[in-house]
Amino acid sequence: MSLAWVLTLGALLFSLGIYGVLARRNAVLVLMGIELMLNAVNVNLIAFDAWIRQGNATGQIFALFIITVAAAEVGVGLAIVLLVFRRRETINVDEVNLLKW
Amino acid sequence: MEKYLFWVMAVTALLSGLGMVMARNAVHSALMLVVNFFALAVFYVLLGAHFLAAVQIIVYAGAIMVLFLFVIMLMGVQREEPADEPIRFQRPLALLAGGALGGLLVFVIRTSFGLARFAEQAGSSSAGNAQGIGRALFTSYLFPFEVTSILLIVAAIGVVVIGRREPESEEPAAPAPASSEPGGGP
Repeated sequence: MSLAWVLTLGALLFSLGIYGVLARRNAVLVLMGIELMLNAVNVNLIAFDAWIRQGNATGQIFALFIITVAAAEVGVGLAIVLLVFRRRETINVDEVNLLKW
Repeated sequence: MEKYLFWVMAVTALLSGLGMVMARNAVHSALMLVVNFFALAVFYVLLGAHFLAAVQIIVYAGAIMVLFLFVIMLMGVQREEPADEPIRFQRPLALLAGGALGGLLVFVIRTSFGLARFAEQAGSSSAGNAQGIGRALFTSYLFPFEVTSILLIVAAIGVVVIGRREPESEEPAAPAPASSEPGGGP
C-alpha cells in the first residue's frame, strides 16, 4: 500500500463527486455528491497523517472537523430541500429559481 | 493481507461511488453511499486511524445517511429525474469536468509521489489512537473544538427556524406543531 495509490483513490472519488454534483438534478443527490467529495478529502488528510507520522495526529483532527462541518451542512441543506419541496412540490434543482429575476 | 484488503476496498469504494452517481433510484444511491462509507472506514483502519473509522461509521453511515434516507422517504421514492435537459449537454459536460479534474489529479499524483510505500504499521504512533486524538483535541486544538460546538448549535437552530411551518400559511388556529424536521448535526 503506497501513498500514491491512496491519493489516487481520493482523487477518483472526488471526481465522481464532482460528476454527481454537476449531472444530477435531484437536490438530495447533489448533497450526496458533496458528501462524496468531503470523504475524498478525508481520505487525503488521513493518508498524509499516516505518511508523516508527526505524532500529534493533526490530519486526523482535521478530518474530524470536516466530518463535523459535513454534519452541520447536511442538516441545513436537507432542511432547505424539505422547505423547497413543501413550497414548490419539486426537488429538481432546475425548477427552483426563487432567487432569479 | 493488508495489500489485498487495500485493493478490494479500493475497488469497492470506487464501484459504490460510481453506483451512487449512476443509480436512477435515490434510495439505491443512498445505500451505495453507505457501502462507500464502510469501505472508507476500512481504509482508515488500514492507515492507523481507528478512532476516525469508528466516527465514520457512527456519524456518517449511522446519522447522516439515516437523515438522507429519511428525507428521501418523506418526499416519495417514485420521483424520477426528467429526461429532458434544460441545459444542453449537461451530462457530457459534467463527465468532461469530472474526468478532466480526475485525470489531472491522477497525473499530478503519479508524477510527483512515485510509489513510495507507507512505513510498517502506518500511523498510530502513540499508544492508543483515541487517546492521542483526545489529547490533541483538548490541548492544541481546544479553540477550534469549541468553535465547532458553536457551529453545530447554529446549524441546529437554523434547521429549526427553516423547518418551522408558518402559522398563517395554513389553518391559523393550529399552534405551530413541531414539524417533522430532522435535527441538525449528530
